[in-house]
Amino acid sequence: MTPMPVLATLRGLLKLTWLEIKVFVREPMGLIGNVVIPVGIFVVLGRAVGSRLGDLTSGFATQMRVGLPVFGAIFIAINTVLSLVAIIAIYREGGILKRLRATPLSPITILVAHVLVKLMFTAVTVTVMVLVGRRYYPAGTDVPVVSFTFAMLLSTWSILSLGFIIASLVRTARFAPPLGSLVLYSMLPFCGLFRPIDTFPDGMQIVARALPLTPAVSLLSGIWQGNPWSAHLDDVAALVVVFAVCTLIASRVFRWE
Amino acid sequence: MSGAPVIRVSGIRKTYGDTVAVDEVSFEVPRGQIFGLIGPNGAGKTTTMECVEGLRKPDQGRIEVFGLDPIKHAHALQRRIGVQLQEAQLQKRIKVWEAVDLWASLFDATVDAEGLLDQLGLSDKRNAWFMTLSGGQKQRLFIALALINDPELVFLDELTTGLDPQARHTIWGLVRDIAARGKTVFLTTHLMEEAERLCDHVAIIDHGRIIDHDTPAGLVTRHCPQRSVFVSTTHPDAAARFDALASVDSVTTVGDQLTIRGRGDDLVTETIHCLSEHGMRVTAFRTEEPTLEDVFLTLTGRSVRE
Repeated sequence: MTPMPVLATLRGLLKLTWLEIKVFVREPMGLIGNVVIPVGIFVVLGRAVGSRLGDLTSGFATQMRVGLPVFGAIFIAINTVLSLVAIIAIYREGGILKRLRATPLSPITILVAHVLVKLMFTAVTVTVMVLVGRRYYPAGTDVPVVSFTFAMLLSTWSILSLGFIIASLVRTARFAPPLGSLVLYSMLPFCGLFRPIDTFPDGMQIVARALPLTPAVSLLSGIWQGNPWSAHLDDVAALVVVFAVCTLIASRVFRWE
Repeated sequence: MSGAPVIRVSGIRKTYGDTVAVDEVSFEVPRGQIFGLIGPNGAGKTTTMECVEGLRKPDQGRIEVFGLDPIKHAHALQRRIGVQLQEAQLQKRIKVWEAVDLWASLFDATVDAEGLLDQLGLSDKRNAWFMTLSGGQKQRLFIALALINDPELVFLDELTTGLDPQARHTIWGLVRDIAARGKTVFLTTHLMEEAERLCDHVAIIDHGRIIDHDTPAGLVTRHCPQRSVFVSTTHPDAAARFDALASVDSVTTVGDQLTIRGRGDDLVTETIHCLSEHGMRVTAFRTEEPTLEDVFLTLTGRSVRE
């Protein structure tokens, strides 16, 4: 097998990524769904409860102060994964994946380009959200924006690999978003976002800890509260394992047409 | 007329579950020719072509393109081949020039992109989104993408399916241009007229098997040698005179219209000679040559459209 020169691969990857960004921006619904709506929801919720949090010292305030941004982040991550699932299903149904595959672009390059585009928009969305959100959070909650965005990207990257499995399982583009939503949203109640995992019954705790969203929630909450990365090495490791396992499965079951 | 084969396919078989898509298919495509794999929808044309392109792996058999294995040497081959896929799409909102630019970035050596768009009549569409192009324009863009790396061998799968006759004629002209530049073209079509007009050599495939292959004229001569001459005349002895000609098989008369069936290249000449020799007054004269359509009917007992 003669490999394609690294340089040409890189050139193709950059070109395709840039192109997919342009194509994405030209689709108004995609931009609204992925950037405008999550930020909007966050602002609305922040306005409703955020300004009152400063006076409260209760657990509820902490819950809102940490829980809301993490919920926002997870919402964005899930949105990102769903849009990747949808776009892969659409590209497959339309023969675009097949058309690209019949070029020197390697299949991996095509998927990496999509992941890069999704991560880039995730970074944009989460940064905007955090910056906008600062207005509604009282002084003292100095949010590590860069770290949080990085944690966000790591989480999204990991959950994206789950998206590839979902994208492989759906037969038509029409069923991709519903199935993706079902899988991802059904994890929400059990990932420690609304209720600490320690308070679940024993059996549930095991299930909860095995869910790919759980380490993401744990990492995001910790980083938002100002914990150092070193305190969350287990979460990072878990996210990497999720990625490795899902990518392995996806590479076995992925269909190009 | 032709050089060494650029494609050699021997005994390939491909099944999808219980369905045998392609069975014992063998053929060769000589350099510099337009080769057509023709047959009805579902006959195995696309599967065969995609095996040759290296997009599918046959269950059995052997394929060589430029002496290389299409799957093992995919990258080495991709530089030398251009591919247009059946019913392919691009991103809805990708611009024409962006698609060409992306494809160009994947190869070290390419032809001039603007010149190519110009040749294919797409210059004024270079900033148009893919979704706004007509069927013919989309196919011309796909031809541009297939030609961007100046390939020696071009694959065209059902290139004109779904196009109106005018767009189809434009595309036929472009395919002839490709061949005129010394490239080998491997195309599939279920349109016998397209094969007849374009191809130097055709292989007829049906139910996953190649049932015959030759030049279009060769196939017609072998399988449908009989041709017809239609003459309108009131001359009383016309039928008898024509019937006496060496190359005539039968003459049928309906009113003053005669249908003369026969075989051989001399049929028309003999008929005309007979007309003038006997001073027949003719009000209409028409000849009819059998086509690949008739060949398909003869070989399979079915029309290719069924």
